[in-house]
Amino acid sequence: MSELRQIAFYGKGGIGKSTTSQNTLAAMAHYFGKKILIVGCDPKADSTRLILHEKAQCTIMQLASEVGTVEDLELEDVCKPGAAEFHPDDTTITEGYIMCTESGGPEPGVGCAGRGVITAINFLEEEGAYDEELDFVSYDVLGDVVCGGFAMPIREGKAQEIYIVMSGEMMAMYAANNISKGILKYANTGGVRLAGLICNARMTDREYDLAKHLAEQIGTQMIHFVPRSNHVQRAELRRMTVVEFAEKSDQAYEYRELARKIIANDLKVIPKPLEMDDLEALLMEFGLEEEVEADAIGKKATA
Amino acid sequence: MTTETLLSQQQAVIAEVLEAYPDKAKKSRAKHLGVDAPDGVKGACDSTKSNKQTIPGVMSQRGCAYAGSKGVVWGPIKDMIHISHGPIGCGQYSRAGRRNYYIGTTGVDTFVTMNFSTDYQEKDIVFGGDKKLKAALAEIDELFPLNNGISVQSECPIGLIGDDIQAVAKAYKKETGKPTVAVSCEGFRGVSQSLGHHIANDMIRDEVLPDGSYRKDFESTPYDVAIVGDYNIGGDAWSSRILLEEIGLRVIAQWSGDATYKEMTTAPKAKINLLHCYRSMNYVVRHMEQEFGVPWMEYNFFGPSKTTESLRKIAAFFDESIQAKTEAVIAKYTAMTDAVIAKYRPKLEGKKVMLYVGGLRPRHVIGAYEDLGMQVIGTGYEFAHGDDYKRTKDELAGSTLIYDDVNEYELEAFVKKLKPDLVASGVKEKYVFQKMGLPFRQMHSWDYSGPYHGYDAFAIFAKDMDLAMNSPVWGYTKAPWESK
Repeated sequence: MSELRQIAFYGKGGIGKSTTSQNTLAAMAHYFGKKILIVGCDPKADSTRLILHEKAQCTIMQLASEVGTVEDLELEDVCKPGAAEFHPDDTTITEGYIMCTESGGPEPGVGCAGRGVITAINFLEEEGAYDEELDFVSYDVLGDVVCGGFAMPIREGKAQEIYIVMSGEMMAMYAANNISKGILKYANTGGVRLAGLICNARMTDREYDLAKHLAEQIGTQMIHFVPRSNHVQRAELRRMTVVEFAEKSDQAYEYRELARKIIANDLKVIPKPLEMDDLEALLMEFGLEEEVEADAIGKKATA
Repeated sequence: MTTETLLSQQQAVIAEVLEAYPDKAKKSRAKHLGVDAPDGVKGACDSTKSNKQTIPGVMSQRGCAYAGSKGVVWGPIKDMIHISHGPIGCGQYSRAGRRNYYIGTTGVDTFVTMNFSTDYQEKDIVFGGDKKLKAALAEIDELFPLNNGISVQSECPIGLIGDDIQAVAKAYKKETGKPTVAVSCEGFRGVSQSLGHHIANDMIRDEVLPDGSYRKDFESTPYDVAIVGDYNIGGDAWSSRILLEEIGLRVIAQWSGDATYKEMTTAPKAKINLLHCYRSMNYVVRHMEQEFGVPWMEYNFFGPSKTTESLRKIAAFFDESIQAKTEAVIAKYTAMTDAVIAKYRPKLEGKKVMLYVGGLRPRHVIGAYEDLGMQVIGTGYEFAHGDDYKRTKDELAGSTLIYDDVNEYELEAFVKKLKPDLVASGVKEKYVFQKMGLPFRQMHSWDYSGPYHGYDAFAIFAKDMDLAMNSPVWGYTKAPWESK
């Protein structure tokens, strides 16, 4: 077997991170026979539903809370095999499979979700969830790197390659730049690298150029431009990935291409996040932000 | 030693100590160290910087806001249960260490030496602990139905994860009608335990004093006083109370040593609040002055001279009958304290002391040592503010080294250079100096002794100091390489 690669998907909330990551990972198992463990790091626990064909799985923190402490849990309780072709025993398509865990966490507004991520990842490591058979461990992390807990997957000995899911809109670009700052912080101590931007297209004007340009500015690549497709949503409604739902569709081939690129990827860099001014200039250049006179900033609209 | 040589020695040792620091730390620490003397010139007591953040890398003896609230102010209230809300350590390691004496049946109607904790686990951090707190409140009332209220003392994680303990306490109070007070005294707040005192005072102001139910039928006398800022360490408040009662006053409340919730709420009925520890309770006496028109007065019951002075000052607030009784009481006890002085002064005369303590003792105990003929050559506070240092000036007898938030390196250097006969400080300092072969008294909780307040207690104080310094054990402490 090849050496275990630990990757992570970051990106602004609502950008389609979980959907993109699951479809891509599914393609990696489906077309390339990769053996994968997904570690969902989001209290919403929606990083594995397409693979499991289930609403949401029981999370590590939820089960730990029920039995008392995380030390009382068994790996089997929290690590579920994927459904159908993603099950380890199902070798009809490939030898590839996907195992699923979710860290889980509190309801919005209470507790400390970041600590939940730390606890869950420590548990998985100690219990030997990262077994020798695996080719990939993939972390799917919520929104922004808001605190230390959500930076856990990029600390020393965890994910080595980060893929940022973004699109050609302003806030997604801000988030991508911010996440790069988080990666930069841990790059020298932990060896984490930025491996590419995945543009989950909204089909806005000049989106391809903008994403490509931003990627270059940060010092990385736009590894793939995933076009919009109704297949994604149709598959999602059935709690399936595109490669299962429409194996022969163009969209499935897009994910196959992204999967291939990730597997073959050897461009892993320490990012050079942009200063706020440079980022704004970039957005203006591509027409996402209008240029205003200095004296207009903070002024109300005139009737 | 002449004043001149002592002063130059003190100044020299400060310069010497500062030499070891990098520039930035030197600049910062220089503002916390100085020399002062009782004469008119502006000295360290006027200029010492205090209540500032401890510089990283030094070993400070300070506590935290939780220590100030739970450990000092709230903890001694005996018929309330104080929950240490968070992981188990803070509650367990602060348990019963302060020797706040009280009367009652522990575990039935009084709870001071017990440890109540919500014992936070990882899952409580992740999911929040408000439900656990609510369950703990109910469990306490079921197991200890004679408690008269509950206070929730926040440990650090509560503030970090943003648990809404105020809402839990409010809801529980509404549901049960029992006093339930949530105190947000997370340890990381502020620079020392001092902010914890302030937060605790504010919560007494907001949650205890507005409860006027016990004040309605309260039968006042013209001689009602409250003792404020006495935590009854080793029985201090009791030995103070005896004297106040003997001069004809009625002590209606002790804050908060051996206190009940009820007497806390009746303190505004006092004719005057008598404040012993200014630092930890000045906030709430100021509030009572504004809100209820109760004046307040500071006093000092350490050693016969200060006790006599304070009794006369207190009596002057009342009528002549009290003043007459006071003189009789003073006369009665003076015979006894003179005998104590006659016995111990010859053995202690001229001995030098260095103090490093907390709230009031760095200034309040100076007089007691002087009564025994001893000289305080250095003193400092862990968590004082400027007003404490200003008050210290009046107590100085000679040139005195002043050190604010002194760290172990500095204090050790000062002691080595100035060679006091006794170091009086906390338990963290105790073994450092005893191992150096120096007599030491632990002046936070009286080294398992006390009380030290009032006339009777002076006999105990004098005996303790004599035991510490004149014990033959010091003759046997020579290291092997020192002998012969």
